[in-house]
Amino acid sequence: MGTLACGKVHIMEYVISVLLSGISVGGQYALIAIGYTLVYGILRLINFAHGDVFMVAGLLGIYLTATLPIPVSLPLVIVFTVLLGFTIERAAYKPLREAPRMSVMISAIGVSYLLQNTATYVTGGQPMTYPTIPFLSDTVNVAGTQTKWVVIITPFLVLILVTFLTMLINRTKVGMAMRAVSKDFETSRLMGIRINSVISVTFIIGSALAAVGSTLFFTNYPAITPMAGAMPGLKAFVAAVFGGIGSIPGAVIGAFIIGICETIIKGLPSNWDVSVFSDAFTFALLIVILAFKPQGLFGEAAADKV
Amino acid sequence: MTTTKKNNLPTILVIAGLLIFVIILENIRSVFPFLPQIFDPMSPLFTVLKKAAVYSLVAVSMNLLNGFTGLFSLGQAGFMLLGAYTYAILTVPAELKDQVYYLFGGCAFQFSFVDFFKGIFGATGVPGAISMVLGCLIALILAGCVAGFFAFLIGFPVLRLKSDYLAIATLGFAEILRAIFQWQRLGPITNGANMIKGFPTFSSFNITDGSGRVVLQLSTFVPFLITTVCVVIIVLLINSSYGRAFKSIRDDEIASEAMGIKLFSHKMLSFVISSFFAGVGGGLFAMYVANAQAKAFTSTMTYEILLIVVIGGIGSVSGSIIATFLYVACSEWWLRFLDSEQYIGGFKVPLLRNGFRMVVFSVVIMIIVLFFSKGIMGSREIDLNSLFVKKDKKKGQK
Repeated sequence: MGTLACGKVHIMEYVISVLLSGISVGGQYALIAIGYTLVYGILRLINFAHGDVFMVAGLLGIYLTATLPIPVSLPLVIVFTVLLGFTIERAAYKPLREAPRMSVMISAIGVSYLLQNTATYVTGGQPMTYPTIPFLSDTVNVAGTQTKWVVIITPFLVLILVTFLTMLINRTKVGMAMRAVSKDFETSRLMGIRINSVISVTFIIGSALAAVGSTLFFTNYPAITPMAGAMPGLKAFVAAVFGGIGSIPGAVIGAFIIGICETIIKGLPSNWDVSVFSDAFTFALLIVILAFKPQGLFGEAAADKV
Repeated sequence: MTTTKKNNLPTILVIAGLLIFVIILENIRSVFPFLPQIFDPMSPLFTVLKKAAVYSLVAVSMNLLNGFTGLFSLGQAGFMLLGAYTYAILTVPAELKDQVYYLFGGCAFQFSFVDFFKGIFGATGVPGAISMVLGCLIALILAGCVAGFFAFLIGFPVLRLKSDYLAIATLGFAEILRAIFQWQRLGPITNGANMIKGFPTFSSFNITDGSGRVVLQLSTFVPFLITTVCVVIIVLLINSSYGRAFKSIRDDEIASEAMGIKLFSHKMLSFVISSFFAGVGGGLFAMYVANAQAKAFTSTMTYEILLIVVIGGIGSVSGSIIATFLYVACSEWWLRFLDSEQYIGGFKVPLLRNGFRMVVFSVVIMIIVLFFSKGIMGSREIDLNSLFVKKDKKKGQK
């Protein structure tokens, strides 16, 4: 998290280091937030398990790099995470397609509970150390501030991935189907769109991005616990709401804002004792945005007002 | 509410019988010491009964909101936290405050209800007991009031939101509360991130003789009594015209608005009442674990209670209670064996080690959520009045 701890940091270096790590954390949230916003756009479901999929991706990273070389294991992490996301959708959400929305959300909470408990069982409840990935974990000097390469790379990687994703959604047939389904579920089904495959594609994209996000996120953090996914997951969801649920640029911008604000709060002088509020701030932001601008920054005004 | 007293008599008898049964159950081993270990007041049986009594109040309060009013709130842990802290702060005896708050140089809030009543009635013997009971009771009611008041405040922005936004906003509110109560600056009141302890717990209600030997165990009876009173109040509310208004809001907001039901005020009423009882439940939880600490009231706790409500059946009070007792008994007692290595003959059962219980548990929960979405009771209730002809299903006999 940069070098905020030293007492006498030059003000410029301090600002740069806060901004750098804020943007990097924001980028990692953005990768998770896209998964939320896509799924919510299509299924109107807060996929509570998404944060835990992210955590499992982190654990997969640990277990796979322990046995396989990194160029093999990192793609495998993505593959397995995608499989996990796909399976969760097929097993826990698809049977409830006709059920009330609340049942699906309860199912999502159940999946989250299952993933956390399974992770506790597998890891024995011990915090697991994420492996050092060459290059990403190496330090670099930016304007007098020591930081890791991952911090520099994250925002660019996020931009590249988001550009690809936007192209996928706007230019391809699958993307067109996704947009149609998110506009009107029933009508697009009548138009011959295979709803189930569109939903699967959504979950696959979301999980793949979460897997990439987990590699970036946990490289910067000391350890993974079974609960490690819950908080980033919820924050990413808030980011998605903040930016306007269903909007990818909105989710990304929301995530960057939340990441930067959070780092600023964490970086405030320690005698203010406000660092406990770095999580709470996100939720305060959520309540404020829901109270005053429920459609978020870039969201379309909700049609189902009644 | 037009039912005559005669019709409700069996219900009252069953509930009274159940409470007496709990007293007998927890004292039976002191009369008949040859009874098996399970009747010892320290056995898992009584841990389960106490915890389940506390949790069933919270589950019923959540069901009032989620099942009967259709407001999908996930703020239960936050309101429990408020209740737990209110109860704890108001009942830690003054002479213990310096010790509990030693990191912050004593407590900024020297008042304690227990001491207050002891000043009026006397501190020892029967008057001392009366002071303690009164002090705890008032602190518990205030715990509910504080939670209800915060629900009232947060209700204005939050209750205008639809289903899942409401869920995430209330969840966020609970997280904010958790952060505030861990703030070091509030240390003189909340003891920062450390736990508050030293207040009266369930075992303080055991009646002892002069030498401190327990004469009459009441530590399981007390949570049962409080929960019973609260649940009865909730059931009376559900059966009143307010309750019918709640259900009509759940079934169709627009139709019930057209019928003249004020949506917002009814939602607010349900939210505040549910939070009141969650607050009381939080106070009871603090008594059960004998401490109050913000980090215990996580969103996982809310999820746990939500899953209990789902298992019991959304919209069934008796379902919630049965599910709580089953859930707590399984997680604290019956499935404990899954967490340690077991041998059948010479064969070591695979997979069994720490944490396996919760995996099995969550798989079972997923099966219930996916395939038995109505839960144990659906939206039906056990009619205690007709219990004398039907099968006996009292909650204490689990």
